[in-house]
Amino acid sequence: MLEVSGLSVEYAGRKGPVHAVDDVSFSVGRGEFLAVVGESGCGKSTLLFAIARLLAPPARITGGSVTFEGHNLVTMTDKQLANIRWQNLSVVMQSAMNALNPVKSIGAQFADALAAHGMRSKKLIRSRSAEVLELVGIDKAHLKSYPHQLSGGMRQRAMIAMALLFTPDLVIMDEPTSALDVVAQRSLMTQIKELQARLGFAIIFVTHDMSLVSHFSDRLMVMYAGQIAELGTTRNIFDNPLHPYSRGLLEAFPGIRGPKAQLTGIPGSPPDLSVIHHACRFSPRCPVKLDSCMTTIPALVPVEDTQVRCLLNGADAENHGAHAENHVRLPRTTGRLPGTRRSWR
Amino acid sequence: MNSVLRTLKSNPITRSGKATAGAIILLVFIILALFPGLFARKSPTAEIYTRNLPASAQHLFGTTGLGQDVFAQAVYGTRDVLEIALGAGLASTLIAALIGVTAAYLGGWIENVLNLFTDIVLVIPLFPLLIVISAYMHNSSNGVMIAVLTFTGWSYTARQLRSQALSLKNRDFLAAAKVRGERAWYVIVVEILPTMSSLLVAAFLTNGLYDVLFASSLQFIGLGDPNSTAWGTMLYWAENNEALQAGYYLQAIVPGAAIALLGAAFALLNYAFDEIGNPALRRVPVTRRRVSFRIASRRLSRA
Amino acid sequence: MSELLRAENLTRHFKIGGMLARSTLHAVDDVSFSIGEREIVALAGESGSGKSTVARLLGRVYKPTSGTITFYGGLRGVVPPGEHGQGESLSRIRSRKHALAYAAQAPMVFQDPFGSLHPVFRVSHGVLRALKLHRPGLSAEQRQAEAERVFEVVGLDKDMLNRYPHELSGGQRQRVGFAQALATKPKLILADEPVSMLDVSIRIGLLNLMAKLRDEEGVSILYITHDIASARYVADRLIVMYAGQIAETGPIEDVLADPKHPYTQLLLSAVPDPKAPPPSLEALAAAAGERGEPPKVIDPSPGCRFRPRCPVSVATCANVTPVLTVHGDREVACHVAKDDEKVRAFS
Repeated sequence: MLEVSGLSVEYAGRKGPVHAVDDVSFSVGRGEFLAVVGESGCGKSTLLFAIARLLAPPARITGGSVTFEGHNLVTMTDKQLANIRWQNLSVVMQSAMNALNPVKSIGAQFADALAAHGMRSKKLIRSRSAEVLELVGIDKAHLKSYPHQLSGGMRQRAMIAMALLFTPDLVIMDEPTSALDVVAQRSLMTQIKELQARLGFAIIFVTHDMSLVSHFSDRLMVMYAGQIAELGTTRNIFDNPLHPYSRGLLEAFPGIRGPKAQLTGIPGSPPDLSVIHHACRFSPRCPVKLDSCMTTIPALVPVEDTQVRCLLNGADAENHGAHAENHVRLPRTTGRLPGTRRSWR
Repeated sequence: MNSVLRTLKSNPITRSGKATAGAIILLVFIILALFPGLFARKSPTAEIYTRNLPASAQHLFGTTGLGQDVFAQAVYGTRDVLEIALGAGLASTLIAALIGVTAAYLGGWIENVLNLFTDIVLVIPLFPLLIVISAYMHNSSNGVMIAVLTFTGWSYTARQLRSQALSLKNRDFLAAAKVRGERAWYVIVVEILPTMSSLLVAAFLTNGLYDVLFASSLQFIGLGDPNSTAWGTMLYWAENNEALQAGYYLQAIVPGAAIALLGAAFALLNYAFDEIGNPALRRVPVTRRRVSFRIASRRLSRA
Repeated sequence: MSELLRAENLTRHFKIGGMLARSTLHAVDDVSFSIGEREIVALAGESGSGKSTVARLLGRVYKPTSGTITFYGGLRGVVPPGEHGQGESLSRIRSRKHALAYAAQAPMVFQDPFGSLHPVFRVSHGVLRALKLHRPGLSAEQRQAEAERVFEVVGLDKDMLNRYPHELSGGQRQRVGFAQALATKPKLILADEPVSMLDVSIRIGLLNLMAKLRDEEGVSILYITHDIASARYVADRLIVMYAGQIAETGPIEDVLADPKHPYTQLLLSAVPDPKAPPPSLEALAAAAGERGEPPKVIDPSPGCRFRPRCPVSVATCANVTPVLTVHGDREVACHVAKDDEKVRAFS
C-alpha cells in the first residue's frame, strides 16, 4: 500500500548539506503496524515528514519515491496532496499542545478538518465528531473544551481522533506518547491497537523507545544516522538482533524484572551528517567492528526475513573477514551490580 | 585576524541585503556627524548668504529664509539628531531592560509595583506628554530632549523585555544560578541580559527610530533649541518662512528626507535581528532540482 | 549508616487562580523521609506527583508551607557535622553565609540538558562561579585545577572546559551539570530527572556515573525520576509518590519484588517488558480501563487520593487520609495494605 524507495532528504546547513535521510526503502502493507525506532538525529522524524510531504525549506527531498496506493507523493502538486491528506493519510504529531490550536475548541478544529474536505452539513459534522471522540474514549461533551482544559493523555487521544475523521488507510504517528506517563502510555498504545483492529488502518509509528512498541508492532525498522540499520519483524529483532546497534539499543534498557546486570549503553554520539565518510556510519561506536567497516559502506542485505546493513551479516560476510564467532554474538557484560553496595537476599 | 575577516564577510547584517543597506546609510550619517567640516565648507549658522536661493553650485541645497546654507545646516545638524537618537535610544533601552527584567525575575510585590509603574507611564498619551514636559522645561538643549524622550520611551520596551524575561525565567540555567547561591542582581545582569542581547539591540534600534521622529516633531513645533541646526528645527524655520507655499521646496524637503533616511536606516538594520531571533527566516541558498548530487553539494558548501 | 537529611511533615501549597477564585494547589502534603550517607534514593512518581517540588524544597528554591528539613551533614565553615543526631534545620538559615554553605552541600542537577547551561558562556562558567562563591580561599590557578579535576571525575576531557554548550552533546552537558554540582564537594546531590531527556543509549553512561559518584566520591544522591527501571539500576532505596504524598518506601529490590501499595503495583504493571511474550488483546483491553488520569490536588478533600483509581478500596479510604505505617524497613500509606495483608490490585 505504501512503498518507499530510495528516499533521501537533505537540508542546507551552515557547513554544507546535511544528509538527514539516506536511501531509505521499505513498504507497509494494509493494516500493518510498522515501528520506526532510533535516537535523536537518526532521521526518523525527517523521514516521516518527507513521506507526508510536510518538509519545509531548508529541507528537501533529493531522491527516491513514495508510492502511496499507486501515486507517487513526491511528484504530486499541493492540490493533489490536499485531496489525499486526511482522507487516505493522516498524521499525529508529537506534542498535541503544539499541534492543536490553543484558541479553538476541539469541536471547532474537527469541524474545520471536516469542512475542508467537503462535509457541509453541520449535523453530519457534529455526529461524525462525536463518533470519533467516542472511538477514543472521550466524552462528546468535550467538543466544547479547549486543548488546555484537557489532560495530556486526553489531548493525545483527541489528536488521534482527529486523525481518524475520514478513516484513512494510513496513519503516521510521530512519538505520540513521549509526553505521557507510563500508565497513560500503555493506555494510549492499547487504544491505538484496538482502533487498528477495528478500523483496519496501517500505522507507521516513530519512537525512540523500543520497549514501548515491543508488544504492539508487527515489524520494526531501526534507523541510525539517516540509514536503515535493520528491518524485520518485531519478534525477530527482539529475539535475535543482527545489527550491533540494535543489539546495543536493546541492552540499554535496564529491566525491572529479572537479575540485575551492569550495562554499558553505547558510548559516543551519532556522526555529523554533513560529512559523509566512505565507511559504516556506526563503526566509530561499534564494539565488534572489522577493519573493512571503516572503508566500506555496507549495503542493506537480506538475512532470512530481516534486512540488515552490517558487514558482519549477509552473503558477503566471509569476504569481509567476518568469522563464524563474530556473527551476531556480542559480548554480554555482567559484573558488579551498580545499584547495590550490599547484597540483598 | 582571520576570524575578524570571516565575521566581516558573513554576519547577520551582511547576510541580509536590507540590513546591509541600513548599516551603510547609518555609517554615512555617523561619518557626517563626526566630520561635518569635511563635507560642508560653509558655516551652517552664518546668516550671510542671499536668502531663499535655489540649488546651485555654491549652495548645493540652496539657502534658507534667514540666509543660511541648507546643505551645511543638514550636515551639521546630523550630529544633534544622532546624539539625541542614539543617546535617548540607549538610555531608554537600558532603563527598560533593568525594570522589565527585574520585574520578571523577582516577581512578587516588586513585580506588581514595577508593572503598575510601567503601565501608568505607558498609558499616558506619548506625544501630548512630550509637549507638556518640553514646554515646561525652559531649557531645550539636547540633554533635556534626551531626558524627556527617555522618560516617555522606556515603558513599551520594558513590557516587551519583561515578557521575554518571563519566558526565560523557568530555564534551568537560571534556576541553577539561583541554587548555586548567586545574588539576584548578578543573575539579572550576567545571566539573563546576555541571552537577550539580540532583542536588546532590536529594541535599541526601534527606540532610536522613534526618537528621531519624535525629536524632530518636537523641534518642528518649536520646542527644540531654535538656535541649533537639527533637522526638525530646520523644518520649524522652513514653516516659519512659509517655504512650501512660497515655492522654496528644498528648505523643507532636505530635512524631511534626512529624517526619513535615518529612520529608514534604523528600520532596515532591524531586519538583521529578525533573522537572529528566528532562524527560519534565514536565506537558504537555492539550487536547481535534479542537479547531480555532487554538484549540488559543492555549490551549497560554497554558499 | 548515618542519616544525612531528614524531612518531616514537609508540606508545600501554592495559591492559584485570580483574585476572585483563589484555590490551593497541594503540591506536597505531609511528606516524611530520610536520606542516609553514601546512598542513592530514588523518588519516583508521575508528573504532578510532587517529586520535583520536593527536590526544590530540599534545594531551598521554595520555602515549605509547613514541616521541617534537617540536614546532618554539617555546613562547612559554619556548623560542624551533627553529632548525636544534632542537625541544622533549614528553616533556621537566615544569613547569606549559612545559605551559601548549604547550597554547597546540596546542589541540584537539572533535567534539561539544553536549558541547564548558560548558552552564551563557556561550559566552565558554572563550575568556576560555583568555586568562586563557595570556596573563596582558592586562587585562580587552584580554581582552574579543581575545574579540571571535576571534569575528569565525570568523564569529560579537560579541554572541554573551553567549549560552548552548543558544541556538546546532551549527555556531555548533563555531565557538566554533575561537574558543577561536584565542584563544591557536596554531601548530597539533588538530581531532578537528570536522564529523562537523554537518548536511551546515553542514559546508562550517566547512571553509571551516578553510581560511581556514590562509591568513589561518597556522595548521596536523591534521584528524581518517573522511570522505575532506571531507578532500579542505580538506587538503593525507593520512595513512591502519588498526588503529593508518599505511597510507599523501602529498599528497592524489596519494593519491586513485593509492592504493597496498589499504586506501586499499577506502575510496575504498566512498564513494558520487551523480553516477555506479548499479552493478548483481551488482557491489554482489561488493563486499558486504567487511563492514567492525573489526580486532583487542588483543594483536595480528606481521604486517600488514589481511591478513584483503586480497585481494592474500602469505606475508610473515602474519609481518612492514610498515613505511613512501618513494616520493618518498609513503609506504606494504605488502609488495605497496612495490616500486612497481601494486596493484589494490579497484576
